[in-house]
Amino acid sequence: MLHTVNKSPTERNVLESCLKYLKKGSVVLLIEDGVYGALKGSTTTKMVEQTLKNFPIYALYPDIEARGMQDRVIDGIKLVDYSGFVDLVAEHTTVQAWL
Amino acid sequence: MSEATGGVDMEEDTSGKVKKFLYVNRKAPYGTIYALESLEVVLITAAFDQDVSLAFLDDGVYQLVKGQHTKGIDVKNFSPTYRALEGYDIEKLYVEKESMEARGLKESDFIVPVKVISAQEMGDLMLTQDVILSF
Repeated sequence: MLHTVNKSPTERNVLESCLKYLKKGSVVLLIEDGVYGALKGSTTTKMVEQTLKNFPIYALYPDIEARGMQDRVIDGIKLVDYSGFVDLVAEHTTVQAWL
Repeated sequence: MSEATGGVDMEEDTSGKVKKFLYVNRKAPYGTIYALESLEVVLITAAFDQDVSLAFLDDGVYQLVKGQHTKGIDVKNFSPTYRALEGYDIEKLYVEKESMEARGLKESDFIVPVKVISAQEMGDLMLTQDVILSF
């Protein structure tokens, strides 16, 4: 299942919730303000790094770049463009869009 | 009676008086319209020669991060506007230290010079204002 998260983890607890429900085969894609979850050195970095050990996490690069975060992304998070976003959706039978 | 006269006094006192305005910014820049709207209202107040301060706390500190490139999301990059505020005599920009550090940011990561202050000092700053607008 593909989980998309579009809210900042320091504004809402949606990223934390989403990560809690991941199961085998789950993939996370951070979009819009959700990309702040990909940030190095923040209070949520540890939680995300821990998740990365078991699940792939992607972040939408145009959203990263818009927010000036291009040099602060946690190692191991994969960056995708819009067509990569479409590929992820196509690869998974279900998408859960966390709001 | 005293309330009624108080109202009249206030009107006389405030005509032409410069008030202290504080804009409290707590939202990240592009996910919602708050940051841009705040900036618009700040510029309007500037046109009326008021005493304006800007506070950035919580996710609001993200508004000032350097190196924003918004071409990819097809949205106007308004971060250079913070640099233009100086030209409108808006030079009091405050960033809350705890919010900045919780997001792995340093003073040098910001697009404009700011004063980094503690939550305690931010609270004091709020106390000294006539008008507070929250975004």
